[in-house]
Amino acid sequence: MADVTFTVDGKKLTAPAGTLLIDACKAAGIEIPAFCYYPGLSLQGACRMCMVRLEKVPKLQTACTTPVAEGMVVHTETEEITQGRKATLQLLLGNHPLDCPVCDKGGECELQDMTFKYGAGESMYVETKNHREEQQWSPVVYFDRPRCILCYRCVRVCGEGMDVWALGVENRGSSSVIAPNGGDHLDCEECGMCIDICPVGALTSDTYRYQTRPWEMNHVGTVCAHCGDGCKTTLGVRTTADGSEIIRGNNRDKSGINGDFLCIKGRYAFDFANHAERLTKPLVRQADGKLAPVSWEEALDFAAQGLREARDAKGGKAVGVIGSNRTTNEENYLLQKFARTVLGTNNIDHHRTADYAAFAAVLKGNSGREASLRDFATAPAILLLGNDPTEQHPALAWQIRTNVRLNKARLYVANHEDIKLRQQAKAAVTLPQTGYAQFVEYLAGKDGEFKSDDATAAFRDAVKKEERLLIVFGSELRGREIQSLVEFGLSLPDVKFACLGDYANSRGAADMGLLPDLLPGYVPVGKAGQFAGEYGSSLPAEPGLDLVQMFDAAGRGELAALYVVGANPVARYGVDAATLKNTFLVVQDMFLTETAVLADVVFPAANFYEKSGTATNTYGDLQLVKKAADKSGVRADFELIVRLAEKMGASPKSMVPFGRGVRADIGQTRGAQSGEADRHAVWLAANDLELKLSPFDPFAIFDEIQRLVPAYNVPRLNLLAGNDEHVKSELAQIDTGATRRDMVLPANDGLYTSGTLGNYSAKLKEVLASNTTVTKPAETAAD
Amino acid sequence: MPRLVSHPDEVKIVSRRFGQGATDIDKYIELDGYKAAQTAIEKGPEWIIQVMKASGLRGRGGAGFPTGLKWSFVPKQSERPKYVLVNGDESEPGTCKDHLIFLYDPHAVIEGAMIAGLAIGSKQGFIYLRGEYRYLLKIMEKAVSDAYAKGFLGKNIFGSGIDFDVVTQTGAGAYEVGEESALMESLEGKRGVPRIKPPFPAVVGLYGGPTVINNAETIASVPHILMMGGEAYAKVGSERNGGTRLFGISGHVEKPGVYELPMGYNLKKAIYEVAGGIRGGKNLKAVVPGGSSTTVLTADEIEVGLDFDQMGKAGTMLGSGGIVVLDETVCMVEFALRTIQFYQHESCGWCIPCREGTDWLKKSIGRLHAGGAVDKDIDNIRYLAENMLGRTFCPLGDAAAMPTIGFVKKFRKEFEDHLNGKGCPYGHAQEREAALV
Repeated sequence: MADVTFTVDGKKLTAPAGTLLIDACKAAGIEIPAFCYYPGLSLQGACRMCMVRLEKVPKLQTACTTPVAEGMVVHTETEEITQGRKATLQLLLGNHPLDCPVCDKGGECELQDMTFKYGAGESMYVETKNHREEQQWSPVVYFDRPRCILCYRCVRVCGEGMDVWALGVENRGSSSVIAPNGGDHLDCEECGMCIDICPVGALTSDTYRYQTRPWEMNHVGTVCAHCGDGCKTTLGVRTTADGSEIIRGNNRDKSGINGDFLCIKGRYAFDFANHAERLTKPLVRQADGKLAPVSWEEALDFAAQGLREARDAKGGKAVGVIGSNRTTNEENYLLQKFARTVLGTNNIDHHRTADYAAFAAVLKGNSGREASLRDFATAPAILLLGNDPTEQHPALAWQIRTNVRLNKARLYVANHEDIKLRQQAKAAVTLPQTGYAQFVEYLAGKDGEFKSDDATAAFRDAVKKEERLLIVFGSELRGREIQSLVEFGLSLPDVKFACLGDYANSRGAADMGLLPDLLPGYVPVGKAGQFAGEYGSSLPAEPGLDLVQMFDAAGRGELAALYVVGANPVARYGVDAATLKNTFLVVQDMFLTETAVLADVVFPAANFYEKSGTATNTYGDLQLVKKAADKSGVRADFELIVRLAEKMGASPKSMVPFGRGVRADIGQTRGAQSGEADRHAVWLAANDLELKLSPFDPFAIFDEIQRLVPAYNVPRLNLLAGNDEHVKSELAQIDTGATRRDMVLPANDGLYTSGTLGNYSAKLKEVLASNTTVTKPAETAAD
Repeated sequence: MPRLVSHPDEVKIVSRRFGQGATDIDKYIELDGYKAAQTAIEKGPEWIIQVMKASGLRGRGGAGFPTGLKWSFVPKQSERPKYVLVNGDESEPGTCKDHLIFLYDPHAVIEGAMIAGLAIGSKQGFIYLRGEYRYLLKIMEKAVSDAYAKGFLGKNIFGSGIDFDVVTQTGAGAYEVGEESALMESLEGKRGVPRIKPPFPAVVGLYGGPTVINNAETIASVPHILMMGGEAYAKVGSERNGGTRLFGISGHVEKPGVYELPMGYNLKKAIYEVAGGIRGGKNLKAVVPGGSSTTVLTADEIEVGLDFDQMGKAGTMLGSGGIVVLDETVCMVEFALRTIQFYQHESCGWCIPCREGTDWLKKSIGRLHAGGAVDKDIDNIRYLAENMLGRTFCPLGDAAAMPTIGFVKKFRKEFEDHLNGKGCPYGHAQEREAALV
C-alpha cells in the first residue's frame, strides 16, 4: 500500500497505509505499552494500555486497532494518557495476588515492568481479593488464575498459532477465567507456547516452576538437540554441585529461524542430561566379561590399543566407524578424518534419515535453490510431499500455518495420510503409501501409473501455475524420486526446495562425510586430492562399507573393530548381539544403550547442550551450538576423538589445526563464561583473531571445514554472533547421476519421542503416557 | 399481561395497537397493518430513506443516532448478503418498553424489519430477544409463521418479486449483548463480547455482511412513520427529535407504567401529572431519567424536556426512556450499590477497566454502605469511576461509571453519613443487603 505521513509526539513519520499505529510507532522507536497486542495474532483492544490521543477524535483510541492515516496527529505520552495507563494498572493490581517474590515471572514480568514505568506503586485496594485455586492442566502446564490479566494471548496462540484451540474463556466479568476447552485438562500438543507468550506468571511450566529466579540463571542461546528443524532456543542454566544444569528451555531470542516457536521437546526435554542412568565414568570390559568403571587414561589406552591392533592386523578394511545425527559438524568432520587418516578406512556411516546425497547431487550448480526454514514464513506457495510436519517438524508446521494465516500462502499437500496440515491446505491429494514416485512423474506431466482424476489434475495445474513455489518433501522420496521432483520443480520460476530429515544434525552428518563413498562436501572418495593435501596423508580411494554392510561383515567375522559415536545402531537396525562377538567395540554415548552394553569400551559423552560447535538443520541453515550445561565426568566427543587419535600415534596438530593464526596477546581477552561464548567470539573475530589455542577447540577445525567444503564457506562473524547462515548447497562436489544404495531409514519420531534422548527424558515419557492426542504409535528406537 | 396505562397527554403512535388484539394477523391487517410495507415496495428504497430522514427518528435504544442516516450508510453493492437485525435485548434496568411491543404488536416489528430490508436491499431479517424474554418468543414466532402463511414473508412477498425472510433468536441472558456488535457475536453463536470498531455494522456486520441493527421500538415505529409521513412524525416531537417515545416510568409514583409521550415532553410533568405524582404524598429525592446508566437528577433538576439534546444539556442522557423515580426514603448509597452490582454482574470481562473497575466499585460501595469506610474511600470510588470513563472497550464501562460519578457528586453527603462505622442511616441495610447479594 502507498505510504502515508502522520505525526506522533511532534515527529513526522511515514508508514504504509493500513499499518497499525502501534507497529508504526515501534518501528520509529516510540514504544506504546500493551498487554493484549501481540504481532501476528488477532486484535483484541482488551487491555486498554495502548490508548493514545488522536487529534480531532473525542475519545482516547487504542493504538493496536488504529491504522495510520494521512495527516493523523497522535500524542502517546500526555498526562491524560499516562494517568489512564496508571489507572488501568491500578485496576489490574486490585485483584492481583502480588506474589511477585515467589512468582516464576518475577524479574521478567510485563506487569511488573509496566507498573514500574507508570508508577502505580501505591496500593489503593483494601477489598477482599478474588481467588481461585491453582490448576494443573497437563503434565507441563499449570494455571494460576489470580495472576492472570486476561490478555487472551494464550487463547490466540493456541488457536490461531498452533491450530489446536485447546483454550477458551469461561464465565464473564470479574469471574472470567481462561479455561481448557477439554474441561479440566488440555487436549493439545503440549508445545508450551501459552506459557511462553504469557506476559505474567499465570501460566507456568512443570519443569521450571518454583525452581529459581530468572536472574539466577545464565541464558545461553543455542540449537535444540531434537529434530531436524534446528530451532534456536534459549537455555536457562544454573550452577550445580557437579557442573551446571539446564532448568529452562524457552525462546527469549525470537530472532532465530523459528521465530516465536518452540515445541514440547525444545521447551521441556532437556532432562535426559540428569537421568539417573547417565554415564559419568568410562567403562571397560573386564576379564569376567562385565563392564566396570576405570580411569580415563586406562579406558583411552585400552580403546586405542584395540583399534590399533585391529587396524594393524587386518588393515583399515576390517575397521568400521558409525557416527551420529546429534553430534556437531566439527565432531562429524573430525570423526571422518579420524576414520580415513588414522584408521585408514572408508567404512564410515551413520543412521541416514533422508537422502541428502541425492538432494545435493540434483541441486549442484543451481544457486539459491535450497529453502531456509525462514523461507516457509514468507513463500507465497508451498508444496508438501509426504511427511507430517506437525509431528515430525513442528517448527516447519508453525511457519507454514503462520504463513497461510497472515499472508494467505497457498499450501498444497500430497500425502498418504490425513495429516493435520491439510486444514491449512488450499488443495490436498491422498496418495497410496508407495505412490510418491508415480505422483512425481504425474506432476512432471508424465501420465504414467498414477491414477489421476479431476481433483489431482486441478492440483497439478494449480501447482504448475505457481511462481516462487517452495517444494518440501519427506523421506518418502529418495534417490531418483528426489531427482525427478527437483528437475520438475526447476521447470517452474523461482522455485526452492527443502529435504526433510529427522535429527538435530542429520544434515550435518551427511554434509560432513559420515558416508562410505563421500567425503565432506559430498566429494567422492576417489577424488580426495584436496583432502589428502590438507591432511598430509593419502586417503583410502575405494568406497567403504555402509552401515548394514559393516554389520554383515561383523557377522562373517570380518570386522575386527567398530567405533560408534553417539549412535545406537544395535537397537535401530535390530542387530543380533552375537553379530558383534568377534568385533572390538568402542562406544561413546550418554547412556548404556543396546549398543553400548555390548562394547569393550564405553566413554561417557557430553550431549548437544554440553558442547560448542555448529550444526546444520535439515534445510541447510548453519547455526552456532553453544555450550550451556556441564556435567562432571563426561567429555565432548570432539575431545575423545582427538585423544584416541593421539593415543594411536597421530599428532593432535594434524587432527586439529589449532594454534594457527594467533597474532595478538590473548591476555587482552577475558575468559568466556557460560552464556558469553559468543560475545567473546565476536570480540575475537572483530579483531581478526580466533580462539584456536586448544586441540579441543572445534573452531580450529571449522577453519579447515571452511577451506575444504565450499558450501560451508559462509560469513563467519554473523555465524559466531549467533545468527543462522545458509550453506551454499549448489557447491556440493558430488558426481551427479551416480546411483547409490538406498540406506534411508526414517526415524518417524512424533511430537513426544526423540530417539535415545526421548527414551531418557522423563518429561516426554510422562506426556506421552498422558496425552490424548497422540495419533500414531511412535517408534522409540534410538539414535 | 401487564396492566396498560393511559394519559390524555399521550400521543399514541407506536403504541396505537396495544391492547387491541393485534397479535392476531388479521386484526393487525384490519388496523392498517402491512400497508406501510406494501407502500414501501411500491415506492422503493430511496423514498423510504428519505421519509425516515425527514421523520427525525433517532435510535430508541438509547444512543439516539438518526435512523435514516444509519440506513443510508449501508453500501448499495455488497458481495456478502446484507442483514436487518432487530435488537430486542432490552436489558437496561428501568426499561420495559420493547417488551410491550413484542407482547402487543409483534407484526409491527416484522413489518418494520421488512421495510428496513427494502431500504437497504436485504433479504434476511433477524429478531433477537433477550434471554429473559423467552416467554415472548412464542408470540413472535407465531407472528412470523402467520406472516409466512399469508405470503408476507418468504419468497416474492406481496407478489412483488422481492424475497424477505425473518428468523427469531433469543440470547442467553447477558446485558452486554444489547451492545450491537456483541449481539452479532451472540447471534453467530459466540461469546457475547463486542467487536473492534471500525468497521461499523453498516459495512461489516453480521456474518461479515453489511448490517442495519436497530432497537425494537425504532423498528416498530417505522411502519407508522411511513403511513403518516416523515414530516408529520417529526412535527409531533421537539427540534431535531422527531416523534414520540415510550417512557417507562417506575419507582415511587402513583401510576407507574409505559406512556407514549412526544419527544421533548417535560420530565417534571411526566412524573407529577402523567404518572400521578410521588406515591403516598412523599417528597421526591432523585430521578434516574433514562435507564440505570444515565446520570441521576436531583429533585431540583427535573424541569427539563425529555429529548436527546435537552437531557444532554442537563448533564445526563435520554437513554432508553426508563425513568426511575426515587422518593425521600431511598438510601442513595444503597441505590448506587444496587446499580453497580448490576454492572459488575453484567460486565463481559473483556477489558480491564470495566472488568476490574465494576468489581472494585461494587466491593467498595458495599463496604461503605455497611459502614466500613473512611472519608478517603469516597474519593477513591469517584477516582475509580472517573478512570473507567471513556477508557473501556465498549460503552458498558461508561454505563457503570457515569451513574456512580453522579451519585457521589450529587449525594456526597449521604455517602459521608455512612462513614466511620455508622452504616446506613436508613436502617434497612442488612435485610436489603441480604436480599440483593
